[in-house]
Amino acid sequence: MAETVLSIRNLRKSFGALKATDNVSLDLCAGEIHALIGPNGAGKTTLIHQIAGAVKQDGGTIAFLGRDIGGLGVAERARLGLGRSFQISSLAAEFSALRNVMLAVQSRQGSSLRVLRPVMRDSSLTEPALAMLERVGLAGRAHVPAAELSHGERRRLEIAITLALRPRAFLFDEPMAGMGPEGSKSLIGLLNDLRQEAPILLVEHDMDAVFALADRVSVLVYGRVVATGSVSEIRSNTEVRRAYFGEHL
Amino acid sequence: MKRMRSETPIGFLLAGLLLLVPLAAWALDEPFYITLATRVAILALAAVGLNLALGLGGLVSFGHAAFFGIGGYTAGILATHASTLQPLMTWPIEVGGSDQMLVIWPVAMILSGLVALVIGAISLRTSGVYFIMITLAFAQMIYYFAISWPAYGGEDGVPLALRNAFPAIVTSLPLNFFLICYALLIAALYLFARIRDSRFGAALQGARQNEVRLAAVGISPFPIRLAAFVLSGMMTGLAGALFADLNRFVSPSMLSWQMSGELIVLILLGGTGRLFGPVAGAMLFVLLESILGGFTDRWQLFLGLILLGAVLFARGGLVGLLAGKVHHG
Repeated sequence: MAETVLSIRNLRKSFGALKATDNVSLDLCAGEIHALIGPNGAGKTTLIHQIAGAVKQDGGTIAFLGRDIGGLGVAERARLGLGRSFQISSLAAEFSALRNVMLAVQSRQGSSLRVLRPVMRDSSLTEPALAMLERVGLAGRAHVPAAELSHGERRRLEIAITLALRPRAFLFDEPMAGMGPEGSKSLIGLLNDLRQEAPILLVEHDMDAVFALADRVSVLVYGRVVATGSVSEIRSNTEVRRAYFGEHL
Repeated sequence: MKRMRSETPIGFLLAGLLLLVPLAAWALDEPFYITLATRVAILALAAVGLNLALGLGGLVSFGHAAFFGIGGYTAGILATHASTLQPLMTWPIEVGGSDQMLVIWPVAMILSGLVALVIGAISLRTSGVYFIMITLAFAQMIYYFAISWPAYGGEDGVPLALRNAFPAIVTSLPLNFFLICYALLIAALYLFARIRDSRFGAALQGARQNEVRLAAVGISPFPIRLAAFVLSGMMTGLAGALFADLNRFVSPSMLSWQMSGELIVLILLGGTGRLFGPVAGAMLFVLLESILGGFTDRWQLFLGLILLGAVLFARGGLVGLLAGKVHHG
């Protein structure tokens, strides 16, 4: 098996009596798309939050590139190469699409205390940012404030920002949410190419997307991983069928 | 980019007006108006400082009077020791006072900056109304410290025998002193514009708009905000030193919460986060103060009504009204 990039062991998180993450262990290996599926409230987003550092785990370890990152903050983990997108678009609303991506580019360059050069005249920021917008098909909307973009455009901007970080692993939280069929289709193509750059931990409700993309699928139910396997293994797993797909299959 | 086009003429107009009034007053031998314009320039400089934190960073500091007052007391105390020839301290090295602006300004800025570093390091761990209250509490602590410190006047403040000196310029002439303040204001505006358009400014404005997003791209908001808060305090501290020289008097009221409030009002009137917002706000404020104040002691009632109008109907303040909305690239 390929090198393990992200390794989660026995992760636990409770909110009061609710076990949001119940002894979860999973791996993300180089070159793969590992999909995380499960019914609403299964704890998928909470798990992503813990990996990204926004929520502190109660117990267990998170190792990234062989390093324990469980004690680090969000920004430190992002600088190490964990690139996340949000389930609900989280953007700098007044900034244009381009400037949103430029923030990620300047972070990668580690230069946020520079005060002299105007960013809009700095091609080392604008060019890579524009290239990322082109990749997600937003180049024509580069100068539109994020607040004025459509829902689908904001979803794509989220992806562009994450791409601009050139992360060592992607954490995508429902990137297809609320996208039309055309948008989903082009995004599936994009994610499919992306796994060559860095492995993807993909939380997604769109089963067509999951089955088209995933190398491995983990099923999360009530905070526990009830099954991990290839797409065909998961499709035929009776426990999964009962807990999750129910009448769908 | 568009912003440059729409706001620049307004800025030149305001800056030109602020320069023309005292020149005309000088030609007509009306020194009162020169003093008024100097007051505008100094208050605007203080507000440009606050605008860095409040406008760009969204940090509603209700304690910037602390820096304004520290700048004022620095000027007053150094000047007092210079005139009495008594050293400020004798151990470990002997340090005397100074009546040189070129000494007073950096000292005022360094002291304000250090205090801003301490206040910021603690209060920036909170946000929203808690941040407002903690900055207020710190400023009030310094205020009460000043009025209970008999060595430097206590509640009576510190008088300056003479306006402090500047090489080759007779500072006691009102127009000369105005030009010094005006030059510093222009320099501060230039610095503000550079910061706003820079990577640091992008991170700072990003932190205001969405700190979760900023952290997710790997930029921690805290050090960015702290740096902005320190710069902001230094600029306001410099304005405080000039204010002491303008009045030849340092009053503890420079440290009062009313002063902090006035600086916020200036920015809201002029346009939050706008380059020339503090200039427009200070002009409007001093104009109202001197015109309406001539008719009635209750001129602040009208200021309140205008502020209400600005907050309800013109969120971008005077500059926003004239130049339209900000466009970020």
